[in-house]
Amino acid sequence: MKDLPDTEERKAGLKGLGCSRKRVEDARFTQGKGNYVDDIKMAGMLHGDFVRSPYAHARVKSINAEAALALPGVIAVLTAKDLEPLGLHWMPTLAGDKQMVLADGKVLFQGQEVAFVVATDRYIAADAVDLVEVDYEDLPVVVDPFKAQDPDAPVLREDLEGVTEGAHGPRRHHNHIFTWEAGDEAGANAAIDGAEVVAEETIYYHRTHPCPLETCGCVASMDKVNGKLTLYGTFQAPHVVRTVASLLSGIDEHNIRVVSPDIGGGFGNKVGVYPGYVCSIVATIVTGKPVKWVEDRMENLMATAFARDYWMTGRIGATKDGRITGLHAHVTADHGAFDACADPTKFPAGFFHICTGSYDIPAAYCAVDGIYTNKAPGGVAYRCSFRVTEAAYFIERMIEVLAIKLGMDAAELRAKNFIRKEQFPYTSALGWEYDSGDYHTAWDKALKAVGYEALRKEQAERVEAFKRGETRKLLGIGLTHFTEIVGAGPVKNCDILGMGMFDSCEIRIHPTGSAIARLGTISQGQGHATTFAQILASEIGISADKITVEEGDTDTAPYGLGTYGSRSTPVAGAATAMAGRKIRAKAQMIAAYLLEVHDDDLEWDIDRFVVKGAPERFKTMAEIAYASYNQAIPGVEPGLEAVSYYDPPNMTYPFGAYICVMEIDVDTGEHEIRQFYALDDCGTRINPMIIEGQVHGGLTEALAIAMGQEIAYDDIGNVKTGTLMDFFLPTAWETPHYTTDHTETPSPHHPIGAKGVGESPNVGGVPAFSNAVHDAFRAFGLTQTHMPHDHWRIWKTARDLGLHG
Amino acid sequence: MIPSTFEYHRPDDLAAVIALLQEHGDEARVVAGGHSLIPMMKLRMADPAHLIDLQGLSDLKGIEIGDVIRIGAMTTQAEIIDHDGLAEAAPIMAEAARQIADPQVRNLGTVGGNIANGDPGNDMPGLMQCLDARFTLVGPDGTREVAARDFYEAAYVTTREEEEVLTAVSFDRPRGGYAYEKQKRKIGDYATAAAAVQIVAEGGRVSAASVAMTNLSDVPVFSAAAGAALEGTACGEEAVQAAVAAMLGDIDPMEDNRGPVEFKKHVAGVILARAIVRAWSRA
Ligand SMILES: Cc1cc2nc3c(=O)[nH]c(=O)nc-3n(C[C@H](O)[C@H](O)[C@H](O)COP(=O)(O)OP(=O)(O)OC[C@H]3O[C@@H](n4cnc5c(N)ncnc54)[C@H](O)[C@@H]3O)c2cc1C
Repeated sequence: MKDLPDTEERKAGLKGLGCSRKRVEDARFTQGKGNYVDDIKMAGMLHGDFVRSPYAHARVKSINAEAALALPGVIAVLTAKDLEPLGLHWMPTLAGDKQMVLADGKVLFQGQEVAFVVATDRYIAADAVDLVEVDYEDLPVVVDPFKAQDPDAPVLREDLEGVTEGAHGPRRHHNHIFTWEAGDEAGANAAIDGAEVVAEETIYYHRTHPCPLETCGCVASMDKVNGKLTLYGTFQAPHVVRTVASLLSGIDEHNIRVVSPDIGGGFGNKVGVYPGYVCSIVATIVTGKPVKWVEDRMENLMATAFARDYWMTGRIGATKDGRITGLHAHVTADHGAFDACADPTKFPAGFFHICTGSYDIPAAYCAVDGIYTNKAPGGVAYRCSFRVTEAAYFIERMIEVLAIKLGMDAAELRAKNFIRKEQFPYTSALGWEYDSGDYHTAWDKALKAVGYEALRKEQAERVEAFKRGETRKLLGIGLTHFTEIVGAGPVKNCDILGMGMFDSCEIRIHPTGSAIARLGTISQGQGHATTFAQILASEIGISADKITVEEGDTDTAPYGLGTYGSRSTPVAGAATAMAGRKIRAKAQMIAAYLLEVHDDDLEWDIDRFVVKGAPERFKTMAEIAYASYNQAIPGVEPGLEAVSYYDPPNMTYPFGAYICVMEIDVDTGEHEIRQFYALDDCGTRINPMIIEGQVHGGLTEALAIAMGQEIAYDDIGNVKTGTLMDFFLPTAWETPHYTTDHTETPSPHHPIGAKGVGESPNVGGVPAFSNAVHDAFRAFGLTQTHMPHDHWRIWKTARDLGLHG
Repeated sequence: MIPSTFEYHRPDDLAAVIALLQEHGDEARVVAGGHSLIPMMKLRMADPAHLIDLQGLSDLKGIEIGDVIRIGAMTTQAEIIDHDGLAEAAPIMAEAARQIADPQVRNLGTVGGNIANGDPGNDMPGLMQCLDARFTLVGPDGTREVAARDFYEAAYVTTREEEEVLTAVSFDRPRGGYAYEKQKRKIGDYATAAAAVQIVAEGGRVSAASVAMTNLSDVPVFSAAAGAALEGTACGEEAVQAAVAAMLGDIDPMEDNRGPVEFKKHVAGVILARAIVRAWSRA
């Protein structure tokens, strides 16, 4: 038939896998038409605001709210005493610990929630906060996780005094939370002790914060007539929030509706449950009015979940010619005042045991000690899968440290130890099964792209010129080959509060051949509405432009565990493909009936079923959809819908090769990034443009973390970096140009071979930037200096190496 | 991040502003661009009960170029950057203004606010001292002029009386080469160290030099000694180092998130040396 559109044209029309389709979300975001939590206004809505502790550790002797309550417009001031009868003055954390909702007798970190003021107006609430008088008696402060373990260190968690068994095993000190280990310690030690060369180093990945542009907040609304609670909020996991809210409040789960509207970035900050949510729910139940709580920037930085704060000590053994024989890692993890990490239950240190990285290391062991200090709780995965950034930074630094010890080129050392292509699926010494990879190909491509050898030559010349006094700038070449572990995860070993970490997709095809898909995940800027429609377009032959993707409303979306840890594409993306395949299977039966052939006589061709050997006889998906609603087909139910709950058989293992070329001014500590090359392999590429955008964004966060961003405390627990003047958030001006590239090694177990990419650039970017700084000073004897590499720290490195004359 | 309650006034002449200041005393503050004051109010570090907006006073805007350059207090930093006459007559003004904050802040932040604020981090005060500017203050007792070099007493403390308004700054058209050099951590950051330098060359030698530093003490630092160290020299390496050494004797930086004192002193020296070299190359 002549008027058949040709195959390529039909394929292109779908805008399916591989298409750089423009983001459908952007029309509303770029016009300021998004609908964020703070945009929600309801009739009679009240406003909540917190009285927060100015102290890092203090006894709360009394709270006097009289003056605040006397202010016209103030409805209530809630304290722990008010929440106690409801059993809500403490709440469980996602990590098996519990956390004060409002200060119960004492405060444990600066910025901790002490009282919740509810008023008719946001401004009155703020004024009332100032009027609440709290009498504190300060207590000795512990901000150092090592000093916290001194025998006579102050007891931070009096509620746990005498408790020797925590959620993750024995506690050996009153400020100790857990010890978690993986691997064979004796084997690793034997391998290292017997090695020809051993390198040892302590690497600190400092405390920082995800700092999404939109802070955390919610609007809670209890309808006393029908008994339904609606909770709008900045939730990365709305379904889990519903279950938690039900368990905490005793309200039946069907009477709770949780809605995540547009979310302005999450990066792990919006996974946990915060006191603001609990207090807003209590306040709406008590007052019968909707209650809004939205934190400000300083509150967000000071009190909601931080990230990292890992002191990592490594020992690595190798042969003289650079074959790694063993790795031993020990981490002291500063968790702050409550253990509120958001990790799968069985993994209190997340997936830190991916710390053998891209390397074939025969013997390895790692142990993590979680410690309480007088700092904010958190420890979330800031644009990474659980503790994977820490692990990647650790191994990529250790490789550099070993290269120095061996006197070897760090690129060569990596190549020598990579897991080889033919070893996949590869089981690491710490127990992971890497699904697929081709590291050597990626690495060679990266080195070639930047002209690695010429760069090294230039660097050597620069060192000579510096020594001759001709320049004050050094050149650093930062190498990284990272391997991530994302897509948590198989229900057999991954759960959050008992909920298996599957995800879901439900699809309805409308009679005229368009569709809606609902997922258990929630986009916070990742562009799910764009990319999930593409996955589906390729599966069911309906153009992505005709597929609506909806997430975030627990009344309509199927249950899912949410979006973090790069799990949306590996898990919900898989569910989408699988649900699509169910649609196609039913469509095939319908087509067979319509074409009067047997099911097996049909084959799928882009957007239609065609009778084998008779290409002119076909039914398009649109025709089939219509038939499914208007024809009685024997043995087939009307309608065209499917749902899939996907339990992934394994994680996925994206990887990449990043190279950063940096100029460093030894006198001012300033840096300039001359070149940044990022090769990502995230398996099958759904939308290259979105991938590129994710890589740019993630690299910029990595730049921030490596070069200046931190949550710093002084000795008495005051937050020193509580505003964006001091907390570094790069603008276009600080952001370098990035060159992106890729290889494509599909995941063998994922229905479309995709692995997830959103977090790779943060995971790989941090070591690339940091290694560049270290590398610049390698010729002058530097082995290790801690991030963030801001001006004065770089200057100090130069000073300590004697480079200021 | 919500300020305490205040009353907002927007008078349209100076007399009304002064009357309001007299009426409300230390309960009142004028607001110009608001980009220093409003953040302080949001942090509740400032809580004026009466906020008197100067945006209604069109007389306070404008740039006059002659032998003497006069800039109205309400002229924005963006207007400084965009003014062609000023670019020619006193190019250091735009060079410095471009290094203040970001375009959004500069569109609102004013020269007068930057100068009157008294924050050691502000860039205009040091620059004004380098140019030996005079500040025009109008109060209930009339108009007076104060030299920029005499204006700053301590952080946020100036010789301006509470009931006075800064209406303009003026300075003689600068001569010779210039440079404004600033190190900062990022866009929108105050200086780790900044230097304003004007140098006049005659016959290959420095005939006059003026040096002022920013954010290296609780007030801007005009370093007469640094200028003197350059005068009469050919501005070679040795003279530059002598000027740096003299300047280091005049500053008194404090440790903060930008770094420890030793670092700041080192950077101050590097920044000043760069500024001198650039100013000399233009002299
Ligand atoms: C993110 C950010 C970054 C910044 N970075 C820099 C920087 O790098 N360098 C820098 O110099 N500045 C910086 N600033 C400050 C900015 O330049 C301010 O705009 C400026 O300091 C004050 O000018 P204003 O017109 O906004 O004054 P306002 O904030 O309105 O007033 C400041 C103070 O001066 C008083 N005042 C204002 N005008 C007068 C007047 N005519 N007479 C008497 N008193 C008056 C006010 O009462 C108030 O006390 C930054 C600001 C922000 C928000």
